[in-house]
Amino acid sequence: MNIKILGSGCANCINLEKAAKQAASDLGIDATFEKVTDYADIASYGIMRTPGLVVDEQVLLSGRVPTAAQVKELLAPLLG
Amino acid sequence: MSATTDTGTSTRRKSIQRWGGLLLATVVWWALYLLNQPFWDWLVGRVFGLDLTSRLGSGVNFFFLDTVKILLLLAGIIFIVTVLRSFMSVERTRALLGGKREGIGNVLAASLGVVTPFCSCSAVPAFIGFVASGIPLGVTMSFLIASPLVNEVAIALLLGLFGIGPTLLYVSAGLVIAILAGFIIGRFKLERWVEPFVFETKLRGKIIDSTAGLTWDDRIQMGIEEVASILRKIWPYLLVGIGLGAAIHGWAPQDFFAKYAGADNPFAVLIAVLVGIPLYSNAAGILPLIDALYAKGMPMGTLLAFMMATVALSLPEMILLRRVLKPKLIAVFVSVTAVGIIGVGYLFNAIL
Repeated sequence: MNIKILGSGCANCINLEKAAKQAASDLGIDATFEKVTDYADIASYGIMRTPGLVVDEQVLLSGRVPTAAQVKELLAPLLG
Repeated sequence: MSATTDTGTSTRRKSIQRWGGLLLATVVWWALYLLNQPFWDWLVGRVFGLDLTSRLGSGVNFFFLDTVKILLLLAGIIFIVTVLRSFMSVERTRALLGGKREGIGNVLAASLGVVTPFCSCSAVPAFIGFVASGIPLGVTMSFLIASPLVNEVAIALLLGLFGIGPTLLYVSAGLVIAILAGFIIGRFKLERWVEPFVFETKLRGKIIDSTAGLTWDDRIQMGIEEVASILRKIWPYLLVGIGLGAAIHGWAPQDFFAKYAGADNPFAVLIAVLVGIPLYSNAAGILPLIDALYAKGMPMGTLLAFMMATVALSLPEMILLRRVLKPKLIAVFVSVTAVGIIGVGYLFNAIL
């Protein structure tokens, strides 16, 4: 599973990354994490509010920081 | 008891808790707001024993009074605005603006800029997102100008400190400036001064609405978090602004500013705006200062212009926008907005 965190380094992006990593480890997912900070790349996903969560090239969430539990809810349907 | 009855009861109970909690919070808020002045008058005047008409006494009193009042106003309005805005999203704004011509597009963009949740860190992705999906440059600029210019913190504070009149003036002035500035920028066909990559950005993937599926509890949670986050960010500015305001309140002679920067000084608005542009502060830091200046005789038009110049244009935002706008466009953006603000300042001085 490839998880991308979209954002340019503000506190929200860091918190999203923490929540996502927590969720991934709770679910036992072996995921690669990437940070995307280039604006052109961020915008190309159709995201206009950072932070953004992209999993396997699919945008799951943008514009707010979810809790680890909420990220788990988003990730669970994508397993197996 | 069947399972459905259980779920029904617990959802109802949660609902009662949620709305009951909000009602209680509102009552407490009002109580604190109304008791604020009498409390500090009592504490500073009687308990500390300061003479409230003296410089020290009135300065100290003002400091505490304003701090509590502003904190209450900020908490209240930010919470309400965030919850309301959670029904709106930048993605929906973009969809609404798509295909609208200039003129009507500018009006719509400016209005949406006021109600759409937006922080300046998203200015660049939002700009790219709008332009790459075909929204005209001028219309996008109307959105980008309106959003920071008419912000809820400023509205909250103006409402509390000066009442509904100046607040409405501020909102309408901000909208008009955003509409006209965006329209003018569009007319000049300045697309060539946008960084080329913006137009080449291909939007791929499904566009998701960032506010889909939010429950009331989610929205209230967002409101509370936004209040905490904004207060955390601005409290130093707030204290400095209130401190300066308190000093002016206590020490500057009455009508001091009326003499030097009053309505009959033709350069007052110009200087106020030129000073305000490079200043980086948010509305919370500036408004206590403005409150004190107004009490000392500075006219409202000059003050509103000063506040708009400080809030709408800032060096950090310009640096951010440099990624998508060439310097010439940034210069046009700043000058058109500044001229608009100056015009508004003179106009309000004349009619108020």
